[in-house]
Amino acid sequence: MTEKIILAGFGGQGMMLLGKLLAQAAMTDGKYVTYFPSYGTEVRGGTAVYCLIISNEEIFSPLIEEADTLIVMNQPSYQKYKDMVKPDGLLVLNSSMIKSNNLPDVKTYQVPATEIASKLGNVLVSNIVMLGAFLAIKKLFSAHLILEQLQAMLKGKKGNLFSLNKQALESGMQVIKTV
Amino acid sequence: MKDRLPGGISIMKQLLTGNEAAAEAAIQAGCRYYYGYPITPQNELINYMSTRMPEVGGAFIQAESEIAAISMVHGSAAAGGRAMTSSSSPGISLKQEGISYLAGSELPCVIVNIQRGGPGLGDISASQADYFQAVKGGGHGDYHTIVLAPCSVQEMADLVYDAFDLADKYRNPVIILGDAQVGQLMEPVEFHKKPKKNLPAKSWALTGAEGRKKNVIKSFYPVKGQLEEFNAHLQRKYRTIEEHEVRYEAINIHKADVILVAYGTSARICKEVVKKSQQYKFKVGMVRPVTLWPFPKEIIRKVSERVECILTVEMSAGQMVEDVKLAVEGRCPVHFYGRTGGGVPTSLEIIRKIVEIVPDNRAANTLLQLAAVK
Amino acid sequence: MHTIYEKPKSFIDTPTHFCPGCGHGIVLRMIAEIIDAWGIRGKTIGLAPVGCAVLAYNYLDIDMCEAAHGRPPAVATGIKRVHPDHVVFAYQGDGDLAAIGTAEIIHAANRGENITFIFVNNAVYGMTSGQMAPTTLLRQKTVTTPSGRDPINSGHPIRVCELLAVLDGSSYLERVSLSSPENIRKTKKAIEKGFKTQMEKKGFSLIEILSPCPIYWRMDANEAMKYIDEEMTRTFPLGVVKDWEHKN
Ligand SMILES: Cc1ncc(C[n+]2csc(CCOP(=O)(O)OP(=O)(O)O)c2C)c(N)n1
Ligand code: SF4
Ligand SMILES: [Mg+2]
Repeated sequence: MTEKIILAGFGGQGMMLLGKLLAQAAMTDGKYVTYFPSYGTEVRGGTAVYCLIISNEEIFSPLIEEADTLIVMNQPSYQKYKDMVKPDGLLVLNSSMIKSNNLPDVKTYQVPATEIASKLGNVLVSNIVMLGAFLAIKKLFSAHLILEQLQAMLKGKKGNLFSLNKQALESGMQVIKTV
Repeated sequence: MKDRLPGGISIMKQLLTGNEAAAEAAIQAGCRYYYGYPITPQNELINYMSTRMPEVGGAFIQAESEIAAISMVHGSAAAGGRAMTSSSSPGISLKQEGISYLAGSELPCVIVNIQRGGPGLGDISASQADYFQAVKGGGHGDYHTIVLAPCSVQEMADLVYDAFDLADKYRNPVIILGDAQVGQLMEPVEFHKKPKKNLPAKSWALTGAEGRKKNVIKSFYPVKGQLEEFNAHLQRKYRTIEEHEVRYEAINIHKADVILVAYGTSARICKEVVKKSQQYKFKVGMVRPVTLWPFPKEIIRKVSERVECILTVEMSAGQMVEDVKLAVEGRCPVHFYGRTGGGVPTSLEIIRKIVEIVPDNRAANTLLQLAAVK
Repeated sequence: MHTIYEKPKSFIDTPTHFCPGCGHGIVLRMIAEIIDAWGIRGKTIGLAPVGCAVLAYNYLDIDMCEAAHGRPPAVATGIKRVHPDHVVFAYQGDGDLAAIGTAEIIHAANRGENITFIFVNNAVYGMTSGQMAPTTLLRQKTVTTPSGRDPINSGHPIRVCELLAVLDGSSYLERVSLSSPENIRKTKKAIEKGFKTQMEKKGFSLIEILSPCPIYWRMDANEAMKYIDEEMTRTFPLGVVKDWEHKN
């Protein structure tokens, strides 16, 4: 098993955390994992993109030329990376912020992550909604394993953050189950 | 491992960037003096140290410049402390003055270079274009630093740990030559506590001359003849290092038709080509130098006696390839494939290059088959 | 139709790379306005810093030169020797000017170089992700002062204008801020005065501009403006620090 995932959004949409949770889960699960941020030039703003590879075998290059999965949060990132998905790959997009009438010819799930997150009371958890959706589709790890990682990361932070994130994860999973 | 990390994580395996792993390994190796200056792509290292050093009672200073930082290292090393600085290419250029003085004063220290694209301000993506600077001196004078090149986060941790011992053993600066990829990549890493080595006591260190003859740390030898004598001593030390400290990884060199030579990030990609080729008739092997100085000349000379040719792969316009040629001394053709300015070679590019340099159907067929396997 | 607002001609119409609420864009725009108004585009040469404003040459449609981190005063000196009658200015951040480039700015001032320095003090290293700058306030949290700047290990905020004022070579030094429309107008006046100082060959001028970095101050744009007024100006009082026209 090798799963190559590209995560893209603009800085501040929490793609770093989304990938880190998956990477931590993979590590805990005894898998090989590489997680690599690739910035543009030494300037701010714009797109944040991360390459995450999870495998049962040694991973050589941490860069991704063809992705099994693209999880994407906003329009510019979508335009930039949509063609990097393999023909039999998976596209999970934040339909609250991405509008497109000619989607690439790959299996696509549209998740209104920003809307769901604002309904939960905090747009900042839209990344976790996306993570929930991805978990429900690919079932790489159990929700329990991810929640464990989240708990460890949020340790020491204010108490209700965990329950908010948990709700976000579950809502994301629910979206997939109901489509 | 009981030591607490920022964030309170205390599990055995941790997911860290290469930069953070370098910082943590330094702390675990007993480094208590770190001086740095921000620069991308090594910021995770200085940022980590700013939290971690105070936790272990060590010194952290964000210096006013890289020149100041390396000179602070000079001071702490002279006083007998385990000291480190880190930067990326433009900042390492500024440190060259200090590195020459450290080498000339025979002071142990560790310098991390997370290389980025140059020349000048260049960009912040991965590069291996500082090979000459690291391996051939960089600063003025006839000196060498020991240069170690990690290709993964785990190896970053292991080599930084060893670097402090090597520095102390030979009273010599050690450079860790990484790049933006190995610095910013996150991978699982474990910190192995290693048994303490028997290192010579630092009787030369400045501690106050209580009850003993004074110690002076210097590189100035104005009396005619003295400097030549000192240089001869340095050269003897360098020969000893060349004899004892060469490290490399050799993969499938015995059955190989072609040998790849690559270090660090580009070696990871070469390894993919090597591994894939094993199921076919035409075989690719690899020598990955771990010490860039001392350079693994012997093994490269040996393989050159048998293989059809050698291909050196670098993220530069061709620097290490010169040392490969010096080791091969014409025994077989030495080719080069490189990318610059943030370009990272892909396995497909390397395969195409092999097909080009081995104009023989056997190679072409096997390798193109190989390229088709994703 | 009557135009009430126009993009300065020397300002290039291109997407900005600055974060929302950043001060750099405002300052660069004002420089372009002055160059237009005074018609000096043909005899102005700028120095871009290594910092968030490194791409200044993408915004200003004038001749510009890069310099290594901290070295603009020295590179500007070299340019000024070739073109003594041109308007030469260097745009620098606080890390660039007051940390790694301290020697260069002090000696440019000491030589009384007839050059104008636009010094953007945002109390952090923006470009490298928010580390301490020499101008970081005491107790201010940054990436490398996670528990706040402590003078015992990290020293005190450097007041650049006051530091340069004691040198006989400096002629005009003023500290301004971007915290309100009124303060922005004052900033523009100060930059004009800096250019005037140079054009009348009165020597070294430096305008220190307190400028918001909402991203690494971890605030929104409004809070950042308030922070300048309520916190920064306590360490960095606004006003003219030295003026050749009004020697006392
Ligand atoms: C020799 C060297 N050291 C370090 C750097 C990395 N670097 C780029 S910008 C910068 C500091 C930026 O801070 P400042 O001057 O305050 O400008 P700001 O981004 O805050 O506007 C540093 C340290 C570099 N490019 N060259
Ligand atoms: S990091 Fe700060 S100084 Fe840099 S562009 Fe963003 S707001 Fe401006
Ligand atoms: Mg600054």
